[in-house]
Amino acid sequence: MKLMGTNPVLFKELKLRFRSFKSFNGMLFFLLAMCVFVFGYIFMTVTVSGTSYFRPSESFVLFAFLSYIQLGLVLFTAPGLTAGTISSEREKQTLPILLTTSQSSFQIISGKLLSSVAFLLFLILAGMPVYSLVFLFGGISPWDFIRIFLFLFVILLAFGSIGVMFSTLIRKTVVSMIATYGTMLFLSVVTGFLFIITMQMKMMNQTGTVVTPSYIGHFLASINPGVLFASFLSPGVRGMVEEMTKVDFPIWIGFLLFYGVITIIAILIAVKKLRVNTKRQK
Amino acid sequence: MIEIKGLTKKYGSFTALDNLNLTLHEGTVFGFVGANGAGKSTTFLIMSTLLEATSGDVIIDGVNVREKPAAVRRLIGYMPDFFGVYDQLKADEYLDFYGASYGIPVEERRKLIPQLLELVNLTHKRYSYVDLLSRGMKQRLCLARSLIHDPKVLILDEPASGLDPRARVEMRDILKTLKKMGKTILISSHILPELAEMCDEIGVIDNGRLIAHGSVPEIQAKLQGEKVITVKVPIDAVSRALSFFEEQPHVSTIEMLETGDGITFKYLGNEVSQISLLQQAVKKEIPIVSFMEHVTNLEDVFMEITKGAE
Repeated sequence: MKLMGTNPVLFKELKLRFRSFKSFNGMLFFLLAMCVFVFGYIFMTVTVSGTSYFRPSESFVLFAFLSYIQLGLVLFTAPGLTAGTISSEREKQTLPILLTTSQSSFQIISGKLLSSVAFLLFLILAGMPVYSLVFLFGGISPWDFIRIFLFLFVILLAFGSIGVMFSTLIRKTVVSMIATYGTMLFLSVVTGFLFIITMQMKMMNQTGTVVTPSYIGHFLASINPGVLFASFLSPGVRGMVEEMTKVDFPIWIGFLLFYGVITIIAILIAVKKLRVNTKRQK
Repeated sequence: MIEIKGLTKKYGSFTALDNLNLTLHEGTVFGFVGANGAGKSTTFLIMSTLLEATSGDVIIDGVNVREKPAAVRRLIGYMPDFFGVYDQLKADEYLDFYGASYGIPVEERRKLIPQLLELVNLTHKRYSYVDLLSRGMKQRLCLARSLIHDPKVLILDEPASGLDPRARVEMRDILKTLKKMGKTILISSHILPELAEMCDEIGVIDNGRLIAHGSVPEIQAKLQGEKVITVKVPIDAVSRALSFFEEQPHVSTIEMLETGDGITFKYLGNEVSQISLLQQAVKKEIPIVSFMEHVTNLEDVFMEITKGAE
């Protein structure tokens, strides 16, 4: 814990990541894609509507689109950035040397995780000027904006932790990637389907006027990032979920609790499994 | 300084290390000799806190590896047999990173890095990317890396493997310098004559068991219980020489040389009786051209000790 203030792995990883052309190219293409999308959308809307201005409601649609693009970016990039952090060190044969240094396992894991998080945050921040264009046309409050970014950060941290955990547990980067992407797809897509199925079954089994709450349905909706973002962008979604599940509990709290616990557990497992436990025997 | 007690490592039914016992004093340079898979790297991995032992203990400078692995990491400098480097780092950044990993302050690292690079003759490569260095240079840089926190014990697993002869000589010279600095060094190698030159003690490991341990002359002497002596004589005197030596005590397995100009035999006597044997042969007027004891080098010792083990 003495070295908490300065994390050598974090600084080394940041240095290596920002030095590579791959990172530069990734950022360049992301920003280009954002610009093409935003300016293309504005141009198309203005052309189709035949007016020379952009309405606040259209600005909100653009904001919603951009939020989902950012969510997609986080969901698909975080596993890719973190699922190879430890396993690639193992494959490159740099891990044994790293593990014989005085750094604690927590320092190594947190350094690896934070460097990936920092890169993705940097990517999101770099897109801010383009994203902020929506403010020019109204329809969005700064709170909407901040809330979306806060939850993006929570998702990024959670899926990043899952990636680092699999990277520590699984020797091969490819397998670790598959496991991390599989988990991501389960939490962001399969939970959505399961929610719909649960609600359908609830409706089919419902008899008379007695309505029983569906905690499972509410839980599935709470842990789905897509549902959470929809509830932010359209407050009616939250009411709809509560109406369907008959559970009066804010989705965002369930989301924070679930992903908070997932993050902590994933980091703890990674820290525990990084080094051999020499104290186990005898 | 180092005490290994009953160290055993099992992978299922396979025993990689079988009750290894070893004691090394401070400043000793210990050479670990053994075939591939004999248990050298397993021992080093356990000592370096990278592998859990099935049973037994390793105590380094009074610290038990099993109980206080973090404290042991400060005491040792480990260089694995195969290692990678971070391709986007320069040599000085590489050392700086590991220096920071040991909690060495920035100012101290700034002073240390040039000194270490000088020690391993890499001053001119200070600002070169590590990935662009040759294999030998990478090995030397890794050695410098293992020294950055001034460890008391150096654990070097095959530090000269894959190096060309020149790079090997350079590595050997660096190790000699480290020996002079008083470091306790454990080194494994297949280049046995090199070990003989720089090691105070040698341990021969085979199938996970330490089958010989001692100084180089001690280990050689163990084998030299039965020396091989070659006596060269003119062709017409071979039969006389053959009948003379056959009758002598301690002589066995006597054979004529393929070239037909001498004989060879195994001899169990000591140096004094060997001198007397030669004197008697001369007295009997056997025209001896040469009387040679076959010198057993470490390679022979290794081959002899481990033969039949497979």
